[in-house]
Amino acid sequence: MAGSSVSADLSQAMNVMPVPAGDWLVVAPTLITMLGGSLCLMLRKNTELQPKLGIGFLVLLVLASLGLTIRTLDQGVVTMVMGGWLPPFGIAFTVDALGATLTLIGSVVALCAGIFGMSTMDSTGRRYGFYPFLLLLMTGVCGAFLTGDIFNLYVWFEVLLISSYGLLVLGNDRIQLDGAVKYGVLNLIGTNLFLIATGLLYGIFGTLNMADIATKVAALDSPASGTLATVAALYFLAFAMKAAAFPVNFWLPASYHAPNIVVSAVFAGLLTKVGIYALIRVMVLILPASRGYMAEVIGLVAIGTLLTGAIGALAQSEVRRLLGYVVIAGIGSMLAGVAVGSTLAVAGAIFYAVHSIIVMTALYLASGIMNMMGGSYDLRNLGGLYQRSAAFAAVFLVLAFAVSGLPPFSGFWPKVMLVDAAFQDGRNWLGASILVSGFLTTLAMGRVWIYAFWRGGPEGTGDGQSAPFEGAETPRLSSSSVWLPLGILTALVVYFGLQPEWMLELSTRGASGLIDPLGYIRSVFGGEG
Amino acid sequence: METGVAILIGLFFTVSVYLMLSKQLVRILLGIAILGNSVNMLIFTNGRLTREVPPLIPEHLSTPEIATANPLPQALVLTAIVISFSFFAFLLVLAFKAYQELGTDNVNEMRVAEPENDQTPPQGY
Repeated sequence: MAGSSVSADLSQAMNVMPVPAGDWLVVAPTLITMLGGSLCLMLRKNTELQPKLGIGFLVLLVLASLGLTIRTLDQGVVTMVMGGWLPPFGIAFTVDALGATLTLIGSVVALCAGIFGMSTMDSTGRRYGFYPFLLLLMTGVCGAFLTGDIFNLYVWFEVLLISSYGLLVLGNDRIQLDGAVKYGVLNLIGTNLFLIATGLLYGIFGTLNMADIATKVAALDSPASGTLATVAALYFLAFAMKAAAFPVNFWLPASYHAPNIVVSAVFAGLLTKVGIYALIRVMVLILPASRGYMAEVIGLVAIGTLLTGAIGALAQSEVRRLLGYVVIAGIGSMLAGVAVGSTLAVAGAIFYAVHSIIVMTALYLASGIMNMMGGSYDLRNLGGLYQRSAAFAAVFLVLAFAVSGLPPFSGFWPKVMLVDAAFQDGRNWLGASILVSGFLTTLAMGRVWIYAFWRGGPEGTGDGQSAPFEGAETPRLSSSSVWLPLGILTALVVYFGLQPEWMLELSTRGASGLIDPLGYIRSVFGGEG
Repeated sequence: METGVAILIGLFFTVSVYLMLSKQLVRILLGIAILGNSVNMLIFTNGRLTREVPPLIPEHLSTPEIATANPLPQALVLTAIVISFSFFAFLLVLAFKAYQELGTDNVNEMRVAEPENDQTPPQGY
């Protein structure tokens, strides 16, 4: 446009004010990990430097997400728009209590995995990019937790998915290739379903900004119309696939035990929970009426997931596969919260997600230590670990109690909230299923502890005899990089069990912000909303 | 025109589901490729199909005079094409490597990660 005939007034479409310095924290988690990942990628041949660099960036990530959480608690929902273009035109990053909490816990878990990786990742694994992939995975995870744009959410899903492929095949074993094929194919179909639903949603509303869609859905005459229900069902299927809910859960036990144990730990902690997060975000924030319409179906899926997970765990003798089923049982609990949909239930689901991220990572790391001590992941070949380390046996027992939902550890409070919410809502079967699933998980985890720790030695040796520890890897076991991450995570489990107020406050805030999204919408559009 | 394209997209979905349900990994991958393309066409159609209308705004107006195609879905499709293309490339390499290592492309026979006669955990103590 030559000349000055048209001088567009950009103040309506653009944020012309400089961004407050604190708001940069909104994009800091993705920026830090992306920079760190690229830097590690360039220096990937320097296997000595890689862990230091990777862990350094992960520490930065933890600090940034801690700052972000504090800022969110302080100021409510924070929004930053890319390129200054105001929503709904620009892509918005909108951070509420839910996103900030999960980012913080996710980064702590990633840091623990990064430290643990120092001892379990050999130089080949490092050269083929363990730390770059871990950092880029965190880019995707943080981006998914923080974004306020539904197509952008799809892009972050793909970022974390391609990094997880890289992590999964690191090592190139036959079992990894087999697991990666199933994981890869099913997750790609899941993201395509997500994309279909997003395309249809855009076709209906002409916007991709979550707050904008939520406003437009709420303004509809019949928010539970068939078209929206179709979109909601597609979203539900897509995220259920990501979260490994019954009946689309089969890829998880087929692949999670294949990679290096530290990779399994990150996957079990984070990936399924990103699916649950997206499900909560879409179902509770954007399409609440369709969620109510589908509540029965979600409840049935939750019951199926709870029972499949717990019964599957009972039938496994491979510890990692057993834990894979325990992950699925946890997903069922969170789905139960989505099915009920009250503030208490959604808060319970959020708290459970936090608990599950920490405890599942810790359990996978513990199973890695069990393998270092006993030389096997199979319950039949494990035994006598109590004699090796009574402290480790105690830690494992704490984690087993926590994952089964027994007090006084972190799994207890969210389960109380979920069961309470289910009974309040009159969904007695759902509440009962959570309890039964918890009971069966207790059996499965108790059996792991009895066989691997309590009995004298592996199968074939007499009880009470000291077992031959041929596979024990003493040098790695004396390294603090093995014990520190497990210690941090167990401390968190105990802390959230004894002092649940902080997490209760965060998750209740997150849940009420989703159910009554006025604050969220105001943060994006400003003023009246 | 939208109707015709919608039917075509439906056909694409049918073909991709049919292919994905088969046992051969190569067919499954072809199904995924077609699924990706049908999703892209779906989003593309969402942006209105118009012929030969450039999305130009005359100087004295602030919106286009007649209905033009929405450029945003086209941008979305571009993103989705790039992503699905790179994923498909990765999966092809993965499938080839898996075929080399496992000696089969029949997914029913890929049982390394989940052994067929998996034993139950120890029963008594």
